Amino acid sequence: MIGWFTIVVVTIATLSGVLCVVLGLIGKAPNDLSMGGTALVALLMFAQLVITIVAPFAGNHPTGSLFEFYLYLVSAVLLPFAGGLWALMDRTRWSTVVLGAICLAIAVMMVRMSIIWNVQGA
Amino acid sequence: MTFLAKSTPKPPRVQGAGRVLILVYGILALGATGRSVYQLSERFAEAPLAYSLSALSAVVYIVATIALIAPGRAWYRVAWSTISFELTGVVVIGTISTFAPGLLGLDGVDPFGQQSTVWSVYGAGYVFIPLVLPVLGMLWLHRHHPAGAVLAKAPGGA
Repeated sequence: MIGWFTIVVVTIATLSGVLCVVLGLIGKAPNDLSMGGTALVALLMFAQLVITIVAPFAGNHPTGSLFEFYLYLVSAVLLPFAGGLWALMDRTRWSTVVLGAICLAIAVMMVRMSIIWNVQGA
Repeated sequence: MTFLAKSTPKPPRVQGAGRVLILVYGILALGATGRSVYQLSERFAEAPLAYSLSALSAVVYIVATIALIAPGRAWYRVAWSTISFELTGVVVIGTISTFAPGLLGLDGVDPFGQQSTVWSVYGAGYVFIPLVLPVLGMLWLHRHHPAGAVLAKAPGGA
């Protein structure tokens, strides 16, 4: 894992999550803003996947279990797509809240992943 | 989830805010399952009781998620049972893991550590969602019981 990238992801996922929840609660169906925020989070998770694959070859090894790390990462990569699909099929305000919940869940999962990578085995 | 909901007539509890509830249940089921697969496959001998509870909670979250989506009275009862079980689990295991972690074979109180379960320290490692979710779930079920059904009594109270 890359420290600054983790901070960027957690920040953007949290902001996007709060934005989507607020947009949903004021009655907005999924729009470019909420879908865009979620898409950005999805893109960042893909980048994290690439980083995770490359990192061990660059001498950056997890202190905790790589297997457990991947359990979180794969979920976090898939979640925005599940939510995006849901938002496309069901265009109500609750889908926007769902997108927000997914972004917030990813922020939490990213924190967990960073603990597994950096702290757990220490 | 979407496909299940599409293939059958939508029960009232799958609509509106219920979808958010179902999603959060789904994420928690996913998280608990992932964690327990890891704990059981790589570290079971360390704390067999705590890790078995972790696996049990994962199964219950999966059943609860399905029960919230699936229509009909039977599933409504299943939803009540599983959600009550979760609330009991998070309160009981939360209390034991906080005040007497040794009883579960744990080394200490650490909701973020390798040995923690979704229920450890009242779900602190999962932003207390495991504590709040069953209560929200019960409120939701209470307001969305199947039409004509006798309101199921919750063993854990609502």
